[in-house]
Amino acid sequence: MNLDFSDDQKFLQSEARKFLEKEGSINRSRKVLEDKQSIDKELWNKIVELGWTGIRIPEEYGGLGLGHLELCVVAEELGRYLAPVPFSSSVYLFTEAIIKYASEEVKQEILPRLISGDIIGTLAVTEDLFAPSKTNIKTLTDNNLLTGRKIAVPDAGIATHSLVVSNSTSGICIRLVDHSSDSVIIEHQDTIDESRGHFSVEYNNTPSILIGDDSNGWDFYENLLDQAAVLFSFEQIGGSQASLDMATSYAKERYAFGRQIGSFQAIKHKLADMYVAITLAKSNSYYAAWALSTDSSDLSVASATARVSSTKAFQLCSKENIQTHGGNGFTWEYDCHLYYKRSKLLSVNIGSLPNWKEKLVSGLEKSNTY
Amino acid sequence: MDFNDTTEQAQFRKTCREWLEQNAEPKSSSSRESFSDIDFLEVAKQWQKKKYDAGWAMLHWPKEYGGIAASPIERIIWAEEESKFNVPRGIFEIGLGMCGPVMMEYATDEQKERFLPSMAEGTEIWCQLFSEPSAGSDVAGLRSKATQDGDNWIINGQKVWTSGAHFCDYGILVVRHDPNLEKHKGMTFFFVDMKSPGIEVKPIKQITGGSSFNEVYFTDVVIPDSQRLGAIGDGWKVAITTLMNERLAVGDANGADVKEAFNWAKKQDDSGEYLINNRAARESIADWYCEANGLKNTKLRTMSALSKGETPGPEASITKIVSANKLQDIGNFGIDSLDMAGMLKPENNEIQSFQNAWLGAPGLRIAGGTDEILKNIISERVLGLPQDPRADKGLPFKDIPSGN
Repeated sequence: MNLDFSDDQKFLQSEARKFLEKEGSINRSRKVLEDKQSIDKELWNKIVELGWTGIRIPEEYGGLGLGHLELCVVAEELGRYLAPVPFSSSVYLFTEAIIKYASEEVKQEILPRLISGDIIGTLAVTEDLFAPSKTNIKTLTDNNLLTGRKIAVPDAGIATHSLVVSNSTSGICIRLVDHSSDSVIIEHQDTIDESRGHFSVEYNNTPSILIGDDSNGWDFYENLLDQAAVLFSFEQIGGSQASLDMATSYAKERYAFGRQIGSFQAIKHKLADMYVAITLAKSNSYYAAWALSTDSSDLSVASATARVSSTKAFQLCSKENIQTHGGNGFTWEYDCHLYYKRSKLLSVNIGSLPNWKEKLVSGLEKSNTY
Repeated sequence: MDFNDTTEQAQFRKTCREWLEQNAEPKSSSSRESFSDIDFLEVAKQWQKKKYDAGWAMLHWPKEYGGIAASPIERIIWAEEESKFNVPRGIFEIGLGMCGPVMMEYATDEQKERFLPSMAEGTEIWCQLFSEPSAGSDVAGLRSKATQDGDNWIINGQKVWTSGAHFCDYGILVVRHDPNLEKHKGMTFFFVDMKSPGIEVKPIKQITGGSSFNEVYFTDVVIPDSQRLGAIGDGWKVAITTLMNERLAVGDANGADVKEAFNWAKKQDDSGEYLINNRAARESIADWYCEANGLKNTKLRTMSALSKGETPGPEASITKIVSANKLQDIGNFGIDSLDMAGMLKPENNEIQSFQNAWLGAPGLRIAGGTDEILKNIISERVLGLPQDPRADKGLPFKDIPSGN
């Protein structure tokens, strides 16, 4: 029985934490948000130098050839330090899709350049102000030419490539697009958290390459989300823990009515609830990490369980962190809002809480063992 | 990460399993523990004796007291395997989980030889006498009196919520020997023969209709000083050791869980549509599934630490808060699923299990530390937050406001 990370993985995690702490990742996130820069390019370049973009890429393409577990521990630290970089878009989604579904030729062309940072990828799915589904994708591929408009695409402003969920005569498919084409128009969209930019991307008869099968695209996409949900969960746990840590230290420092506010049960019980939520989320995410690393048949339910628990934990911890800070928590100056905003970004980026709950229960219905 | 036993653990599990298969019936999905009430105590004692003879009763205890000196991980493996069998539960947990460790730590060698093996064997059953009518969450507010009389102590007062007192042979007891001292300094700890003259046990009827715990009255009960555990005035320190063990003993709330709710929703008709298709029902099931698996996976993390010979973190402290509340909500869900017929008690095991959950859960949210006390413990011991300022600090016990 060993539901824990190895010593090497824990070492990688502590190195990641030291690095992000030293780089002042939280202040960088604030700066990106204030200046609407969408990304901290300098921090991203350092992350590329550390080799994190190639953690999961096999050695034959120049990557580190490590497993998903290594990615999980790095994700937790990126979440804790609100890193303003396109890691989730480019690594959890784009790179994983290329590794899993692309042809050998595409892998050879793309993977080494993902490692070097020459390519940054993202996933473009949403088209309107509701959840994308198998039946409402209007973007169309005809004869490898892609036409349509995607919105709320994370990190597209910096991304050199996108994977586009598209419709076609044979069904939903996933298409690889190079943004250097003149036919691609990318525009910044205003959001409630500018620490990671979101964009509209318009494709006009844009050349594209099929990734995977031309009719099972939706299944591939769902599987990609199942995988990415585990990594998002770890980012959410990191953010939850940081929020609880902030709230705890403030509750010890701040005096009211002649005593530390952390001595009031109204505050203590709030923070205990946060601890409970984080513990459940963490344990479920550990199990999902195992399911991901072994490609278990349980992955779909396990990842939805981790995703729902972690989304709930981060939402709870980030909002109650503000509440614990009182008026200060509502100011731009304190960091509380950075976590509050990031919690929403991470909770909608690969689909909202109600939709993941639905996914969890339909997963249970499909598995005959429960 | 993996879920495999080591070679030694696998061997140990096999040994447990083989013995259980020879001596007990595996649980079937339809039968929850099914023993008739009349024979239950006798059946439980027989099972305990059988385990004792084979070394399983208190397997982590040293051999001289009837154990096999098993490691913490082996203890968990045994518990996992035993839980797959239909065996009687609920009689010995408090004695073995709370009284045993205290006797082990504070009794003399002669007393340990005399009492521990019979406790493990189940021939003598033990209870815990801490709470009082005016001392619940604030256990240290207890008032039962101990007066020294030569080599004896004379006990007067009342205890309450004493599980099993009506069939127990011995009990551990904390009482106040000096009300002029500060609250936590004026207490002393004993063990007592429950058949002593002057002890009167009165069952308490619970909201479930059953009676598993009691009021226990002490009128001039004589306890020899040799039955004192710890020094005079150390009663609180000894009690804390016991309460720490209680938190380990009172864990997961047993009863209807998300699996039962899910399976029920799949077949329960809700106005011409299966309940499972109701959005609110689906959302609740998702939430409970996350909680149930969060606890299960937390347990696996604790086991992982034990398996590596490490001390587990504080994660397990969340178990009772989460599981007792979940049990209450699931009970509620099952009853509501019947709509207006929810008031009825039909002959249906599933419906009864929801009703039992709903009626029993309020007790579980209180027993072994209320939700509120457990949250205090998490916030103080895990998060390091300060204690509440206390109105009783530094006062002699007799001067503390009591509302009486």
